Amino acid sequence: MNQQSAKLAAIANGEAISLNEIPFLELLDFQQTISSGVNRGQRVSALFGAATAEPELTFLYVVLADDEENHLHVGRTEVKGASFPSLTPHCPQVHLFEREIAEQFGLKAIGHPWFKPVRYCHSWTGRDAWERPAEAAIQPAVGDFYRVAGEQVHEVAVGPVHAGVIEPGHFRFQCHGEEVMHLEIALGFQHRGVEKALSGGPDARSLHLIETLAGDTTIGHTIAYAQIIEALSHTQKPVRAQALRGIALELERLANHVGDLGALAGDVGFLPTASFCGRIRGEFLNLTAYLCGNRFGRGLVQPGGVGFDLDQRGIEEMLRRIEILRKESSDAINLLWENQSVMARFEDTGRLAETLAVELGIVGPAGRASGLMRDVRYDHPSGIFRFAQMPISTYDSGDVFGRAYVRWMEIQQSIAFIVEQLKNLPAGKVRLLPGALQSETLAVALSEGWRGEICQVALTDAGGRFARYKIVDPSFHNWFALAQVLRNQEISDFPLCNKSFNLSYCGHDL
Amino acid sequence: MYQEILTRFKQGYRTIKFPEGPLPPLPEHLRGRPLFALDKCAPDCRLCAEVCPVAAIEPATKALDLGKCLFCTDCVQACPAGAISFSRDYRLSVRRREDLLVSVEQQEMVLAAELERRLLKLFGRSLKLRQVSAGGCNACEADVNVLSTIGWDLGRFGIQVVASPRHADGLLITGPVTRNMELALLKTWEAVAEPKVVIVVGACAIAGGPYRGLAEVGDGVQKLPVDLYIPGCPPHPLTILDGLLRLIGRIENRS
Repeated sequence: MNQQSAKLAAIANGEAISLNEIPFLELLDFQQTISSGVNRGQRVSALFGAATAEPELTFLYVVLADDEENHLHVGRTEVKGASFPSLTPHCPQVHLFEREIAEQFGLKAIGHPWFKPVRYCHSWTGRDAWERPAEAAIQPAVGDFYRVAGEQVHEVAVGPVHAGVIEPGHFRFQCHGEEVMHLEIALGFQHRGVEKALSGGPDARSLHLIETLAGDTTIGHTIAYAQIIEALSHTQKPVRAQALRGIALELERLANHVGDLGALAGDVGFLPTASFCGRIRGEFLNLTAYLCGNRFGRGLVQPGGVGFDLDQRGIEEMLRRIEILRKESSDAINLLWENQSVMARFEDTGRLAETLAVELGIVGPAGRASGLMRDVRYDHPSGIFRFAQMPISTYDSGDVFGRAYVRWMEIQQSIAFIVEQLKNLPAGKVRLLPGALQSETLAVALSEGWRGEICQVALTDAGGRFARYKIVDPSFHNWFALAQVLRNQEISDFPLCNKSFNLSYCGHDL
Repeated sequence: MYQEILTRFKQGYRTIKFPEGPLPPLPEHLRGRPLFALDKCAPDCRLCAEVCPVAAIEPATKALDLGKCLFCTDCVQACPAGAISFSRDYRLSVRRREDLLVSVEQQEMVLAAELERRLLKLFGRSLKLRQVSAGGCNACEADVNVLSTIGWDLGRFGIQVVASPRHADGLLITGPVTRNMELALLKTWEAVAEPKVVIVVGACAIAGGPYRGLAEVGDGVQKLPVDLYIPGCPPHPLTILDGLLRLIGRIENRS
């Protein structure tokens, strides 16, 4: 480990560290450490503020992921007053984190090249980074947008309410004819105040806020939350529960990946795969419901284990059903790659270059489709993934085809994993009740949701309650990539590009 | 082309026969309407009400507000007497908010009745809906969306989700109605021509769900006249379909 990383504390995924063991760095040193870490291939998994007893003093914490060394590096600094120099010009992947810190704590990021709100809400401190009056309502997506001027240049605005059964967001395209020169995405319509509501927990509501912060990723997020509670309470989770969590996580991935491939087929007008996958997706959700009674896995993952067990008859039934689905999804999805008109639309559309993906810190299938070898299940394994290794599925084209094909490879891996786990399900209990949480401690948990890396960080106070709960949904990293790939694309390709990322609005807006 | 046709044959005919034919297979652990066996309760025991994340249980009488209920298992796990269980009754939709307040003695819920005659004449065989997610977590949205797939084929009842409120006969709303979506929701509702219906799906849209009481949300749809409430977190697609079909008079209200 070299000198720069040594400035931060190294911990593993799902570990806790006492607050006073977290190295404190001066602000500039802190920023340099982040920037040099990123230059050496580390990623910013989380960068966030935490209030202190003094209103003029805000702590900043960072979690850097080192995928090569399989470690996380944690450090902190403090910001005095109402502003800090922006690191974004030197390290683009912190751009949205800095805007978020600015919005939540009323701190100006001086020199930030695109300094705008993230979720259009009031700060937690009473200060406002944009000096808006405290009593005035904040209107979402109201403010400056990047504009291109000139003859025949026109602007297309879409949303918040847009076609289809889909969450709200605002998209502003600068177009020349059919060609998009720039897309700006303004979100925040789904902001419910999840992080603030988790402060002071855990309480009766905490798990349900986590389950619904991005409802299509209930398992991914609840696994991270459970890991946080288990790390802070030193609870050993039973190995049978770990296997069941892994099965549920892969079922969630299967349902969404199959659904996405069907929707991509639908977006290019290839209806056979669209119809078949629409139904098959539901069958995977039904498998999750078979485990716990809820198609999205509500109530399945609980701190200390899982809420439902599977008996021998259940195991056999799941194996029987998944074998049918393996054949059906294979038949339905392979039609895509053999159809020239589908491939003509998928290939070379919405290309995300590997260098840009690295620079922006893109995660999940979107990153892997641009050749990035990053997958929490492999790089920072926890739970069952420490025993059962998941290969990383990558492709190098970075286009819609790449993002589709990575999903198809992952579908096959996930099915193989589930079959393997069901056939070798360890015996024993499925839940141990966690005790009280350790006070003044930080815990980090990563899990590889179907969209990519989920990062949750908890800081506890002197009484062992959450003083700060930070959530980073993969969509937080990836929305900007969608905006980037739209450049020089036909505007008619937007639905296809959008679906190839299929990002979460509520997971971003929290 | 040959491969597409072959696959089409292999995939088979998949649309469920409901409501004329049998129900689609439902999960064994399906969490339908929760039931309380009050005779098992220890006197003065309030554990279920205390652990309920959304205060859906009245502590003394154990009357349950199905509009708030997340259909989670917290009360079931907390009950030392095993007095609470989930039935597999998927029929949960009602026309009036107060019909979601269910007492322990009540055997049958007052399930949704069909629309008034004039509206039924207009919408009974063709109901176009604009969906608005106002802070929804994408679970209710996903299980509304699934009704349009070949497995459920909502179109065979003349119900369709359309792209514009101008083409719609009403709104289908999900989510707790965030402050940031209030205006957009109101404008979308105003854009739908009269007469129109409002359908709210899920605990969030009915009463705020787990977000109830937070400053950033409005505790569900409070400012629009609601015609149909479909509870759940999220409701099973069959629960949603059952509610929609009751509204357009395709299922007899047996109660």
